[in-house]
Amino acid sequence: MIQLTVIDRQGQTNELQLVEDEDVNLMETLKNHDYEMRATCGGLALCADCHCLILKGQEQLAEPQDDELMTLESRPDAQNNSRLACQLRVNQGLQGILLQLTNYSN
Amino acid sequence: MITTDICIIGAGPVGLFAVFEAGLLKMRCHLVDALSQVGGQLSEIYPQKPIYDIPGFPSIQAQQLIDNLMEQIAPFKPGFTLSERVDSVNKLEGGGFVVQTHDDTIIQCKVIVIAGGLGCFEPRKPVIIGLEAFEGKGISYFVKNPEIFRNRRVVLSGGGDSALDWAIFLAPITSELTLVHRGETFRGAPDSADKVVEMAHNGQIRLLLESQITEVAGNGHLQSLTISTKNNGVINLEADHLIPLFGLTPKLGPIADWGLALNKSAIEVNVDDYSTSTPGIFAIGDINSYTGKLKLILSGFHEAALMAQSAFKYVYPEQKLSFKYTTVNGVNAF
Repeated sequence: MIQLTVIDRQGQTNELQLVEDEDVNLMETLKNHDYEMRATCGGLALCADCHCLILKGQEQLAEPQDDELMTLESRPDAQNNSRLACQLRVNQGLQGILLQLTNYSN
Repeated sequence: MITTDICIIGAGPVGLFAVFEAGLLKMRCHLVDALSQVGGQLSEIYPQKPIYDIPGFPSIQAQQLIDNLMEQIAPFKPGFTLSERVDSVNKLEGGGFVVQTHDDTIIQCKVIVIAGGLGCFEPRKPVIIGLEAFEGKGISYFVKNPEIFRNRRVVLSGGGDSALDWAIFLAPITSELTLVHRGETFRGAPDSADKVVEMAHNGQIRLLLESQITEVAGNGHLQSLTISTKNNGVINLEADHLIPLFGLTPKLGPIADWGLALNKSAIEVNVDDYSTSTPGIFAIGDINSYTGKLKLILSGFHEAALMAQSAFKYVYPEQKLSFKYTTVNGVNAF
């Protein structure tokens, strides 16, 4: 079981317990847990709707690929700890992380 | 003024296919889209990506699907108003509607079909103090006419392909071109990135990497920018124009103000015919909401077919609709 903490788009903090599954990405998983997730591109790392900030545990995550980094360029509010949830697999890398979903508007 | 049977708001795949279904029933269509090309998010966001769940196509590139749809609807000669966002929809006494765009194009129609996907694509705006006060007064999010930047001091902001391409294009005609980028490198097309770095080296572009614009100021028109840089602290830069280039993002926009019943950011519809709470207005594709809704292109195609059957009674109130197969009747062009 993977336990992580998510701050949603309204600023509410919740603990989330997930079953490890390399075949699904965190964006889809958050959507299935009723987190607001527009996902314009459906998980292709193209729209940045699932932009999130990793407030704790960034070093545990797999390095972002070029597609993800390029799309993050289009977010004017991207930070050094920005990631796209659709590019993160539900695996042990997420164990104990603190993640904040950002607003769509930026 | 444009007169048509059906005004389709949104020229994505579902809006385009609605022209076909309407055309089979002899209803003419006019499409309006805020983007400068048809295809919606398929053409704007992922034109090169393969789609695997279009019936009859084991795999088809998104742009190819749009090209095919354009070919399929060509016999029905749809009209297009592109690069314009529909701002208002008003009911006419005696039936029908008047649709008006932000650029004052007016379309009179008997039926409205909203196939707006996730809404209008609008530019992503960076968080900069004073930004909105200078929109249209030195700040723009598109380059429509490059000539207005001739011999002017122009600042571009962004690190993607569009920022790189416009920097290369505008540098020779501006009196001074500055490119402000948050990152330390560019991740856009390597050729363009190399060219920008070379032009910066030659003094044709002022390149501010690891920098962010924090504030803009002026007196009725943009005059200066405050930029936070990594190496030189906070600097002040005089400029006539700022063009933030951070891509587009969908917004529901004015649709929310048309008096239709909404569920979150989607339009509630009756699944019998995908009609909205206003008679004569239908909503199909990703923009609508009903129990069991699947946001799939194929669902939108199905919705377009049922919508057209019901729209017929608004366009031809005196006629009785008889269902016909294309295999029997073919496709009879207008």
